[in-house]
Amino acid sequence: MKKLTLNFLTIGLVAVAMLGTTRAQDVVLPPITKDTEQFGQKPVLISLEGISGEAAEVLKFDLFVQGFNFVAPDAAQYQISGSSAGDVSGRVMDRLAKKVMLSRSYNGASVRRQAHAFADDIVAAIQNKKGIGQTKIAFKSQAPSGNGEIYVADFDGHGAQAVTTDSAIVAKPSWVPGKLAVYYTSYARGNPDIFFHSLSSGQRRVIAGYSGLNTSAAVSPDGSKVAMILSKSGSPNVWVCNADGSNLKRLTTGLEDSSPTWSNDGQWICFATKIAERRRLAKVSVNGGKIQTLNTAGVSNPTEPDWSPDGKWIAFTRQAGDFDICVMSADGTVPPVVLVAGQNPSWAPNSRTLVFNHEIGHRQVLSVLDVFTKQYKDCLRANGSNSQPAWAK
Amino acid sequence: MKMNQLVLPLVLALAATLATTGCKHGPTKITQLYGQKPPPIQGEKQPETVTSMQPITTEPLPIATEKVQPPGTYPTAEIDLTKYDQDRAALAAHTVHFKFDSSTVQNNEQANIASVAQALASDMNAKLLIEGHCDERGTEEYNRSLGERRALALREALQKAGVDSLRVKTISYGKDKPADPAHDDAAWTKNRRGEFILLHPKAGV
Repeated sequence: MKKLTLNFLTIGLVAVAMLGTTRAQDVVLPPITKDTEQFGQKPVLISLEGISGEAAEVLKFDLFVQGFNFVAPDAAQYQISGSSAGDVSGRVMDRLAKKVMLSRSYNGASVRRQAHAFADDIVAAIQNKKGIGQTKIAFKSQAPSGNGEIYVADFDGHGAQAVTTDSAIVAKPSWVPGKLAVYYTSYARGNPDIFFHSLSSGQRRVIAGYSGLNTSAAVSPDGSKVAMILSKSGSPNVWVCNADGSNLKRLTTGLEDSSPTWSNDGQWICFATKIAERRRLAKVSVNGGKIQTLNTAGVSNPTEPDWSPDGKWIAFTRQAGDFDICVMSADGTVPPVVLVAGQNPSWAPNSRTLVFNHEIGHRQVLSVLDVFTKQYKDCLRANGSNSQPAWAK
Repeated sequence: MKMNQLVLPLVLALAATLATTGCKHGPTKITQLYGQKPPPIQGEKQPETVTSMQPITTEPLPIATEKVQPPGTYPTAEIDLTKYDQDRAALAAHTVHFKFDSSTVQNNEQANIASVAQALASDMNAKLLIEGHCDERGTEEYNRSLGERRALALREALQKAGVDSLRVKTISYGKDKPADPAHDDAAWTKNRRGEFILLHPKAGV
């Protein structure tokens, strides 16, 4: 746990170091680009010269899963050049405008961290968005016995560290927004219970250990509430409580609910349910009341909804034989689009990239997907079968 | 069954009466209400309140104290598993299987339900753990809820067979504990199941 804290500290140090070495006079802000994100869009073509090895790998991974693709310099809209001998330094040239958009050098921490920071600066310069290069995920790693541990790692799977050491069945980690803390399900006490676990202190405690099922914790965007699935009243339903487990309230009364997820304004909870023997997605007000089904016409057996941080999108898993990742608009104006084979989608803070898991040789592998270009890359694999990723926001 | 339901309150009333009167006139101490032949009742020595009692059955007494409610509305039981030894063998032959993506207890499983109910009726100190499991063709958290729903459906079926639902704890393993790790129809059929584990109170707890 100490190590993790140190890693987060070093990110801070890199950031401070960058401030010191940035040559502000070289930075030319790009024109504000309109939000043209849409399904099936072409990747932004970029080239990379002078940077090699681990730094190049990081840049290629980070940018590929945010809608960029790498081509030869004479085919690129933006040319990235620089050096990775020792520390990373680089610049971005807009070939059409014939302008340097970014020029920066980095030091401190590791080449890997410096390259992630450079990737974030490139995304900010070209897309005018906050990049995801320095973000974290939590996930479940499972051995063939069924037992496993909760892990946290960089979003690309590097630097994975076990959070738990119980050798118990675990499930569905969920980050507290902006905090080094997660909720997850563990059978360590013989029952599926929901734990709160501070990653900075290593302390944890059960916030839902009722008789029956306690699982699928989802933290509200402001961190004050937790939605979850409990069966204490006789069927698996959506309940909500305060972050510490107090003020418990039942929101649904169906026979079989799962996977709650919050709207960005904290007013709605979307979840998977079964109505007349059919799997449906529905939403309910955090204050309770009637559930409203979502229109997922055209895709069968939707489960595992995940609401994007900007509130626009709901990603989910459909099952038609195998599993596929789908995305639709939360307001119903864009019907579900089937993207790639996989399960358990979780949005990145950029509301454009998803982490999910898919099967390779009967093992689950984490992968990161840019929903608008359908480009995806597999994460570095931790031990065992890796699934149920949750992106820290 | 109806008669048993009528008799039980009378038996309880008898026990309560005997307890409050200190058993001074009772034939013997009544310590075992269930699963044993009750002590003979000799009219003369009984308190007056029980002289008009119906004959007490010698059969085990399955109890059904809760009125029938819709599925999914029976609160789960508070049973501390650390206080029980788990006997997985006793009821292993009565594992119930489910259709794909269904938590409906099939009619052809009624014999298994009856056997489990019988086992619980013949040992009133025992409690029951039902494990709900799924095949791998369902997402993880969906299956965790489906497994719980299957276990709860079995609990409701047992209740109809006279088992007090507060003696029955449920746990869902989703698809985390397949009976057969293979990835074919035969394995999936085996894996969609509810297993019954008999719980015996640990000595000295």
